[in-house]
Amino acid sequence: MELLSGGEILIRALTDVKVKHLWGYPGGAALHIYDAIFRQDKLDHILMRHEQAAVHAADAYARATGEVGAALVTSGPGATNAITGIATAYMDSIPMVVISAQVPQEKIGEDAFQEIDMIGVSRPTVKHSYMVKRPEDIAETIAKAFYIASTGRPGPVVVDVPKDVTDPNNKVAYKFPEKVKLRSYQPTTRGHSGQIKRAVNLLMSAKRPIIYSGGGVVLGNASEQLRALARRLNYPVTNTLMGLGAFPGTDRQFVGMLGMHGTFEANTAMHHADVILAVGARFDDRVTNATERFCPSAKIIHIDVDPSSIAKTVRADIPIVGPCDVVLGDMLDQIQQADLQIDEPAIADWWQQIDEWRNRHGLYTASRYKPSKGENIMPQDVIKTLYKVTKGEAYVASDVGQHQMFAAQYYLFDKPRQWINSGGLGTMGFGLPAAMGAQMAYPDANVACVTGEGSIQMCIQELAACTQHQLPVKIIILNNQSLGMVKQWQDMQYGSRYSHVLYEDSLPDFVKLAEAYGHVGMKVTDFDLLESSMEECFALKDRVVIMDISVDQDEHVYPMHVAPGSMRDMWLSKTERT
Amino acid sequence: MKRLISVLLENEPGSLSRVVGLFSQRGYNIDSLSVAPTEDTTLSRLTLTTVSDDHTIEQITKQLNKLIDVVKVIDLSEGVHIERELMLLKVKASGAARAEIKRSVDIFRGQIVDVGPTTYVVQIMGESTKLDAFIEALSDAPILEVVRTGVCGLMRGEKSLKV
Ligand SMILES: Cc1ncc(C[n+]2csc(CCOP(=O)(O)OP(=O)(O)O)c2C)c(N)n1
Ligand SMILES: [Mg+2]
Repeated sequence: MELLSGGEILIRALTDVKVKHLWGYPGGAALHIYDAIFRQDKLDHILMRHEQAAVHAADAYARATGEVGAALVTSGPGATNAITGIATAYMDSIPMVVISAQVPQEKIGEDAFQEIDMIGVSRPTVKHSYMVKRPEDIAETIAKAFYIASTGRPGPVVVDVPKDVTDPNNKVAYKFPEKVKLRSYQPTTRGHSGQIKRAVNLLMSAKRPIIYSGGGVVLGNASEQLRALARRLNYPVTNTLMGLGAFPGTDRQFVGMLGMHGTFEANTAMHHADVILAVGARFDDRVTNATERFCPSAKIIHIDVDPSSIAKTVRADIPIVGPCDVVLGDMLDQIQQADLQIDEPAIADWWQQIDEWRNRHGLYTASRYKPSKGENIMPQDVIKTLYKVTKGEAYVASDVGQHQMFAAQYYLFDKPRQWINSGGLGTMGFGLPAAMGAQMAYPDANVACVTGEGSIQMCIQELAACTQHQLPVKIIILNNQSLGMVKQWQDMQYGSRYSHVLYEDSLPDFVKLAEAYGHVGMKVTDFDLLESSMEECFALKDRVVIMDISVDQDEHVYPMHVAPGSMRDMWLSKTERT
Repeated sequence: MKRLISVLLENEPGSLSRVVGLFSQRGYNIDSLSVAPTEDTTLSRLTLTTVSDDHTIEQITKQLNKLIDVVKVIDLSEGVHIERELMLLKVKASGAARAEIKRSVDIFRGQIVDVGPTTYVVQIMGESTKLDAFIEALSDAPILEVVRTGVCGLMRGEKSLKV
């Protein structure tokens, strides 16, 4: 049997679980591991400029591909820097393994140089974590970590590796376990057939149904089953922020995103629905508004692989625990086999009602926002232009703020995994490293980072890593000269007292900044030049481009839930509400 | 309503802190907690009491089950079960109070396990309410120290919590 050091075993085990890219940043406690990386060529290590970004990139790689993302950080500050990234992945249930180096075991507990209790610090933000104590245990721990991260409800797993465990002078036999078995962890593989039967019956009897699908459909690769079921039923579909793309954004049955900034028609249809099929969604507070006023006449079928998501905030009438693809598939099978029919006349009436809502206040009605003109570029139009220029096929990684909501509303994602954003934690700084992760996964694809002048400054250092690793992402800054989303709340709830949301002429010159990193910078202030500039930007296939686009500084994101209230209580503009 | 939750847990480093962390992280309260390895040393058995409504209890059991180290969870208060707690109590005992305290200990079927010139250490075992009642019964005697193990419990009859 082959004898390897702990550092070598770690890298070998990562290649055995099929990791292609490891996003990381070195340091003292990780030196043995980095030396093992140096002496091999199977695993591609990507040196980032900050551990947070390394973890975001690994996370986004996972979101874009469905594979498990992998990151490596050193002990102490490396580990704490990784926490925001881990928490971001945790909140969105992203399969990821983060390896953190640790001080040697004999020093643990002594407040040694760069010692931090990573298991303790990361505990509330991980699906699970391990500290490896012997080189013999590394391979099995890695196998378990990847298994846990990727099965059931996915999530990040931390593996903490003390330096002595990777000692190059201590070589042990390498053996990668063929199978992982954990007696305390057995994710559900099928839904309860009785419950599925009840759900199908309820679903077929619906007069005002809606399918509310979330990130779980993307994560669970259930988009195909969702589409098939929705088509067979001809029911309206709404997606959460995390679920966009699971059902095609351009489909007639798609009524748009729901929730705080959801469409008028999606939120109103939810409110009036008699049956809601919730799948891979978690009734998040950004979706439901006040739960006691949530969808008063609806019977709720809730499918989720994680039982704790069911009935957490909103009671389910028919809970079904199981993987979304399998359960949706079973539902469709039952409908096909028994040739069940929907209530045609009722559904026709329902569609008529929904279309009426859509035509009244939908995102594409003329009065939604004032049109762009000359020097006044509306942020919505930037996204529409991006959609047009990239033919709706780009991977769009977003930061957090108004620009994120405009992107979610106006870029019509037809495929799952095309839209990459931090929904649960809402992490500013996610966008650029996330775009890098997607670009690494799909080198030839158009990858856009939709961001604000605020958010982009939170991981701006990665412009250097883009150069080093040839990741030609296109950075689209919707520059409204402010922390726009916070400012919007200050407008709406604090009498426009703009407390610390303005920069007082301190913004960098983004064109020069791009150039300083060897990239291309473009500034756009005229709407008439927006589309041609963007064409130019995406034509620069192998360059990173920053487009600094001056947008209307006073625009708000609408619709917006009136809180506390029901799903249908919304502001539709600064002056109209439902 | 008071609930008694029993958890079979992998006896791994850090597994207890995951359980305790879960409670503080999600805003659930723990009134008492007892934990020790079982006859199978790879497993720990943990018993905790919490005062929660049905909805919260459902979430607590689901969230506990979600922890990778948790092998099994049951809510003992859902069925017939036995629960016990042990209390050691140091009480000032001098003069006439000595006999008085001794009588109370007898009534509660406790034992005096240490005798000092002016103190007793009393051991009482039973359900938590009995322990509370004993403290109540001592009303006049100055209590110097109380230590309780927290509740442990198991189901009556044939059923048992096993892997
Ligand atoms: C790390 C972090 N800090 C603070 C916030 C709170 N926050 C949410 S949106 C926002 C403003 C974002 O500004 P910008 O990136 O310019 O986007 P805009 O809303 O202007 O489009 C802030 C500060 C956050 N989401 N993340
Ligand atoms: Mg801004």
